[in-house]
Amino acid sequence: MAYRLKVNGRDHTVDVDGDTPLLWVLRDVLGMTGTKFGCGKALCGACTVHLDGAPTRSCITPIESVGNAAVTTIEDIGHMPAGRAIQKAWLDLEVVQCGYCQSGQIMSAAALLASNPHPSNSDIADAMSGNICRCGTYIRIRAAIEQAAQAFAPARKGG
Amino acid sequence: MELPYIVPDTRPASDAATIDGLSRRTFITATVAAGGGLLLSLAVHGQSVAAERGATEFAPNAFVRIDRHGRVTLVMPQVEMGQGTYTSMPMLIAEELEVDLSQVHLEAAPPDDKLYANPLIGFQITGGSTSVRGFWEPLRRAGAVARTMLVSAAAATLKVDPASCRAEHGIVIHPPSGRKLGYGAVAEKAATLPVPQTVALKDPKDFRLIGTPVKRLDAASKVNGEAVYGIDVKLPGMKIATVAACPVFGGKLKAVDDRKALKVKGVHQVVRLDDAVAVVADHMGAAKKGLAALDIAWDPGANARLSTADLVQQLDTASKQSGVVARKDGDVAKAMAGAAQTLEALYQVPLLAHTTMEPINCTVHVQPGGCEVWVGNQVVSRAQAAAAQVTGLPLDKVRVHNHLLGGGFGRRLEVDYVTQAVRIAKQVTGPVKVVWTREEDVQHDIYRPYYYDRLAAGLDQDGRLIAWSHRVTGPSLLARFLPAAFKNGIDRDAVEAAAGPYDFANLLIDYVRQEPPAGLTVGWWRGVGVTHNAFMVEGFIDEVAHLAKKDPVAFRRTLLDKAPRARVVLDLAAEKADWGQPMPAGSGRGVSVIFGFGSYIAQVAEVAVDQDGQPHIKRVVCAVDCGQMVNPDTVEAQVQSGIIYGITGALYGEITLKDGRVEQSNFDDYQALRIDEAPIIEVYIVQSHEAPGGLGEPGTAAVAPAVVNAIYAATGKRLRKLPIKSADIKPT
Repeated sequence: MAYRLKVNGRDHTVDVDGDTPLLWVLRDVLGMTGTKFGCGKALCGACTVHLDGAPTRSCITPIESVGNAAVTTIEDIGHMPAGRAIQKAWLDLEVVQCGYCQSGQIMSAAALLASNPHPSNSDIADAMSGNICRCGTYIRIRAAIEQAAQAFAPARKGG
Repeated sequence: MELPYIVPDTRPASDAATIDGLSRRTFITATVAAGGGLLLSLAVHGQSVAAERGATEFAPNAFVRIDRHGRVTLVMPQVEMGQGTYTSMPMLIAEELEVDLSQVHLEAAPPDDKLYANPLIGFQITGGSTSVRGFWEPLRRAGAVARTMLVSAAAATLKVDPASCRAEHGIVIHPPSGRKLGYGAVAEKAATLPVPQTVALKDPKDFRLIGTPVKRLDAASKVNGEAVYGIDVKLPGMKIATVAACPVFGGKLKAVDDRKALKVKGVHQVVRLDDAVAVVADHMGAAKKGLAALDIAWDPGANARLSTADLVQQLDTASKQSGVVARKDGDVAKAMAGAAQTLEALYQVPLLAHTTMEPINCTVHVQPGGCEVWVGNQVVSRAQAAAAQVTGLPLDKVRVHNHLLGGGFGRRLEVDYVTQAVRIAKQVTGPVKVVWTREEDVQHDIYRPYYYDRLAAGLDQDGRLIAWSHRVTGPSLLARFLPAAFKNGIDRDAVEAAAGPYDFANLLIDYVRQEPPAGLTVGWWRGVGVTHNAFMVEGFIDEVAHLAKKDPVAFRRTLLDKAPRARVVLDLAAEKADWGQPMPAGSGRGVSVIFGFGSYIAQVAEVAVDQDGQPHIKRVVCAVDCGQMVNPDTVEAQVQSGIIYGITGALYGEITLKDGRVEQSNFDDYQALRIDEAPIIEVYIVQSHEAPGGLGEPGTAAVAPAVVNAIYAATGKRLRKLPIKSADIKPT
């Protein structure tokens, strides 16, 4: 059946089975391939998007469960202050290697920063341990989140 | 993969990139490019594996294009899978061409072994940590020749002496008059000039790009979702397919009932191959749902009862026979007979999957007169050949578009998935993207083989090591992957670094080839032979040091008289890691030192073992001498990356077989290290102008032995088999 969906502020209607994971609607139906497939079982985090700001594994999120929630993907995360700060830190510290997992890493990190501008080491570990990187960029991910937090917090205070 | 038959990794390794015994000359030809401008092709002439097959003609292998607008295009012979080639290769050209990296446009090379052969291996391949080593000189020379011709063309236009001109930022400048001409303005004229036979390359002290931490050219597109990997290809009318191959290796499809699958919304077709079934749909969600709805009967074939224990049993039996001698120095038997103490040990490493983050995929459009393939692959010309073979088309009717790779690690050195996708696409109208599930990836990988090695050492009365033997038992990857390189019964990869970087007066390395049953294919995994042997050698030498009652660092030092660069990194790692300083109870430090891929690496791991026997890797200190660096930031990144990959293997990596099937399936039962488990990693780099070494792999090779040696230091439990199991180290 048809489902209405709001992705990055735009409305879409898709005609798929209700149990179709949001991941495949984004990638294969809407052609938004920035969100990645990694495991299909919420084990690796590559498919992370935001639903009303909450980091969500789109590979196990049936389209019928999305409802009116606003879907934000990597393609639009740079329009959010936290997302922009994370992307900048990622570039400053040269985090990426193959880059395939980084959409999901950035979505998880942006959600962390948006909800917790001063994450501790254990906050970072908790928020990011669901995202696997086989290139092993973890050392730089940690540093980049810390840097983004430093840059982000004053900016946030100033509005 | 290391290919020591071409690139000898023997001491002294000051120039590991030199092709042994071969005269390597670089030929460069210039022609007017289509549409105007200078097309500069570069040829490396040298004997290679291809030459051994009889192809001895000179062939260009990389090229630069400069159009009349000054646009510089570098066609990348090496693929980008995270290791940074799409930054390092342009740096090499741009350094000598005198252009800014912001002026360089990159294109992925199409398949062509004549144009784009890897100079160190002989065909179009990205692997073996060879990109910088292989293209270090040819790409700089290509840039220098192009710049020389552009300067000459500008000087002729300005009617001045070329020696009075210089180039910078893509512009030729004549300082006495202050006149300037952009590269684009003189490109066509440059193309008519004779190609200089010799050009001087810059002295390293004049490098402005090489050796600096240039930002990755591919980073921006990888933080905003724009980067296009093979799995992201979009084509008009494209369908998505997912596949189930027979879960038992070598088995066949017997029957499939697809009635329920065909009723799934969005499913179009079920494709039957002799060993697999694919469901073709509008999207992957429907394809997966359709696949789950199939009722499939398999014919498991000869491997129906195969288990890991069978493999190990076969290896054990084989390892009791002496093998083909790969290296023999002095007289081991005599030295052993006279030894005051001897030690023997059996070391084992398991089958491993690669689990690249981007699941295996390949998009194919087969039409009557041609075939197009969109893929991320490390051996693009083999992908083309595979598609040609399946379709029966000539090579020139098969177009392959290579994409960014979401990880390679050796998995994408194979074209099994290209072959399979083309077989499926032959039955589909229009383009089809075949995407494997993670389960399919884990259960149908081309696995790092199980190795089963027997080592022995002898000590004299003073605890000096006087004899070392290492028998490697395992399959030959080269015999399948590069048959021409498998000579005299010796797989040089399997025995690579089997004596470490050490100088042993009496040394014997022999190789027993033992292949797994047909249907189970094994292949390259990050660090290849060096990774396998580093675990055996660095673990065993640690045992020997303790038997000799010597400090493990000091003991290794005594064996490195002829490898001063290895000694330097060993000392540096030990110093930075506070080697010898006290550790809390239950914690320990372990060391390793290796030479591989032209680079020297030493690591010290700090590990704490808890009450449950769970090892916690707290810190890894790594010292690196990789010769001349192209990009120090990438060097550090690759070392960090290699260490994390190696720790994943050491802690979690184990593929096991039962009833001919792989028992693992996804990241829950085939785990990868996560950020909360990642240690502090410190990387210290020795500044050097020695020939560049490879860096994609040695970080992986060195870490597992450092960790098991640290566990020994912490617990007194010696681990000779990976992965590490807490039951084996739990305090009793």
